[in-house]
Amino acid sequence: MAHGPAKGIGRWLFTTNHKDIGTMYLWFSFAMFLMGGFFAMVIRAELFQPGMQIVKPEFFNQMTTMHGLVMVFGAIMPAFVGLANWMIPLQIGAPDMALPRMNNLSFWILPFAFTLLTATFFMEGGAPNFGWTFYAPLSTTYAPPTVNYFIFGVHLMGASSIMGSINIIATVLNMRAPGMTLMKMPMFVWTWLITAFLLIAVMPVLAGAVTMMLMDINFGTSFFNAAGGGDPVLFQHVFWFFGHPEVYIIILPAFGVISHIIPTFSRKPLFGYSSMVYATASIAFLSFIVWAHHMFLVGMPIGGELYFMYATMLIAVPTAAKVFNWISTMFRGSLTFETPMLYAVAFVILFTIGGFTGIMLAIAPADVQYHDTYFVVAHFHYVMVAGAIFSSTAAVYYWLPKWTGKMYNETMGKVQFWISFIGFNITFFPQHFIGLAGMPRRYSDYALQFSDWNMISSIGAFTYGAAQLLFLFNVVRTIRSGTPVSEPKTWEGAEGLEWTLPTPVPYHTFSTPPTIK
Amino acid sequence: MLRRAKMLFALLFAPVIALAISGGAVAEEAKRWATNMPRGVTSVSNSIYDIHMLVFWIVTATGVLVFAVMFYSMYAHRKSRGAVAANFHENTTAEIVWTAVPAVILILLCIPATTTMLDVYDTSEAEIDIKVTGLQWKWQYEYLGEDIKFLSELTTPESEIYNRAPKGQYYHEEVSEPLVIPVNTKVRFLITGNDVIHSWWVPDFGVKRDAIPGFVNDAAATVTKPGVYRGQCTELCGKGHAFMPIVVNVLEKEEYKTWLAEKKVEQAAIRELTNKTFTMDELMEKGEVAYNRSCAGCHQVNGQGIPGIFPSLVGQGIAVGPVEAHIDIIVNGQAGTAMQAFGDQLSELDQAAIITYERNAWGNDVGDITQPIDVYNWKKGK
Repeated sequence: MAHGPAKGIGRWLFTTNHKDIGTMYLWFSFAMFLMGGFFAMVIRAELFQPGMQIVKPEFFNQMTTMHGLVMVFGAIMPAFVGLANWMIPLQIGAPDMALPRMNNLSFWILPFAFTLLTATFFMEGGAPNFGWTFYAPLSTTYAPPTVNYFIFGVHLMGASSIMGSINIIATVLNMRAPGMTLMKMPMFVWTWLITAFLLIAVMPVLAGAVTMMLMDINFGTSFFNAAGGGDPVLFQHVFWFFGHPEVYIIILPAFGVISHIIPTFSRKPLFGYSSMVYATASIAFLSFIVWAHHMFLVGMPIGGELYFMYATMLIAVPTAAKVFNWISTMFRGSLTFETPMLYAVAFVILFTIGGFTGIMLAIAPADVQYHDTYFVVAHFHYVMVAGAIFSSTAAVYYWLPKWTGKMYNETMGKVQFWISFIGFNITFFPQHFIGLAGMPRRYSDYALQFSDWNMISSIGAFTYGAAQLLFLFNVVRTIRSGTPVSEPKTWEGAEGLEWTLPTPVPYHTFSTPPTIK
Repeated sequence: MLRRAKMLFALLFAPVIALAISGGAVAEEAKRWATNMPRGVTSVSNSIYDIHMLVFWIVTATGVLVFAVMFYSMYAHRKSRGAVAANFHENTTAEIVWTAVPAVILILLCIPATTTMLDVYDTSEAEIDIKVTGLQWKWQYEYLGEDIKFLSELTTPESEIYNRAPKGQYYHEEVSEPLVIPVNTKVRFLITGNDVIHSWWVPDFGVKRDAIPGFVNDAAATVTKPGVYRGQCTELCGKGHAFMPIVVNVLEKEEYKTWLAEKKVEQAAIRELTNKTFTMDELMEKGEVAYNRSCAGCHQVNGQGIPGIFPSLVGQGIAVGPVEAHIDIIVNGQAGTAMQAFGDQLSELDQAAIITYERNAWGNDVGDITQPIDVYNWKKGK
């Protein structure tokens, strides 16, 4: 009764197969990654030298805005949803996701959402230009008319994310193989379960924020308009109540991926499994009560400042525990450094650096100087790029042989890693310096003393960008003509249900659930 | 051999020696390659710097320790060196220790962080109050109780921004009129915004506060050293976000008093001009200057605007319609759009000149003249 995939385009349009949908999510994410990356290249090219060379300031603002939106909502989130689709059923021994038709819908919403968003480039007034954080009233009273397209785009993405999350929760809670208790679930499944709850909690808040914007813009309300009795700071509270959990939505699945790769290439079980689970849950809880650390300068009362500072510093405790656990997993292991492991090690180092600058930023008085400078830009790219992007790249290298039955070119993978690693650090490490020295973020032009580091940073960015094309090449080459592999375990030290299946993974798996002892 | 070593030595150190010849060049290089926050010139900026460095060294030490263990295993526990994996995966003692130790460090860190924060927020007993208003894309400074109010705008010419002329020393950091404050005096800044959110930042003072429409935030600075200090807008506020720098001139107390007296006289003289009658040519000449400074950012030097965003003034709309509507929009702005209320920003003379200029430039030929007193009466009548 098991049958293969349908033929032609219909396979992709109507599929309810978690593997096909996972694949589509991953390709969509990579396409968005290239587009957002192109915007970043425009930004870095403009900032290569002081003065305006390539674009006008108004277009520069569209670039920074769209770079942020596309990367966060188009590249990173769908990448992890794609991995979740592929891996959660395989890791818990389920035949598919719990709600396969909704799964199809939640993917197919995304291309429409991003078409709405990017079509604004070709409309009167241009694309959204108010930053990915779209603070009112710049995004309401003073926004270009295309802001309505942006609002509907965000609504669609939110709907897609909520459906995806419901699906993941339903799958994880109902479809685990017999014997797989919650505390036996793989870390990637755990992190995604928690992430899904975060998404369901905060996506409606984002929807509320953009709906209030829609009302202010089109229907004469004054939620965020001070002249009408509204409150521009309210917008920031609502936005960051979504926005802060959002950054953990992005990073928790990354933690999950790393918690698989490091044990595999250390040939040693993950250290402190249960503390990892509790740490993940604590981070998720804390993410709800620290949002205003993004707003230390809006003029909160001193009590609010101090509370948000203390609560934010607390996040360092469970996060540090995770880093210690990964390092203890490596300690006295039997280590090899294939491409996924190189990325995982780089993740631990660079994410930890991003965590350190996070502690610095949590110190409210010091934030007076850091706030809205390139220091912040450096900080969040250390956790977003080296955290989320490095880990999803690692995940693709790690599971690609399993998915396709073909091995990628290891040398090319390592070269790609080193170019990315070096390019990344050349790009973003100097941004700590220019930020501390006083360059604000989202600047289309800058004073002369920032010229040299900016030029170096741009060179790094072009290098990093080029390395991603090499990644694309390696993946496509693997799929088309990689060396066939057939052993169930691609990696000697790999553990978990997905590695008990044949390679490549058949179109339908675990039609009969495995039993976990 | 020795000769070669000497040559190598010379090659290595030649750049260093060359730099050392002039101290100015070294300072210049240091500024170009700056990697850290300035200490600044107020006690607040100094304590911010101290806590920044304290946290920096704590995280650096932690990093060295953690990465040392990691690099050690990466070296010693490689499979290629014959490492055999151990099988431990739990150690309650270790886990409690590495939860407790960071927690204790962070709690200790809260103490200096809290005291510094209290300093940052202390705006009591200021001797001078200055209201700082962020506008798209300039700052307005008002000395409360002194009848002094002026705008401060970027003066770097377009030719330098668009690379048609070499960039000056203070490229991007120079303004039409700096804020002036006295040394060793506690000055309180009352910061607000008029259109979108801006943020007023002078790194050397350790002062940065969001300028939010409908809110007044405050910050204080007691500057200990006279000099010129430069800062920038740090909240995305539209296309001119990068082009509204801040310059503060800190004077000795006596010099400040002199400046204040002269400024009062100057402002009174400007108010006097409201009663004077000007000819068409005078207004057109003044109007062109004022228009290019305050209006051309949106409506463009040629009055054509930007289609879909900023309306054109040529041959259509307000500039060729009834003069009352024209005066009204200049004085009161247009709610819900980027058109600001210029009534309190510009002198009556400038507003009258701009109106006259817009109605009679670029082929517009309405022919009427608006006098400063007309604008003044309009404002009174409202």
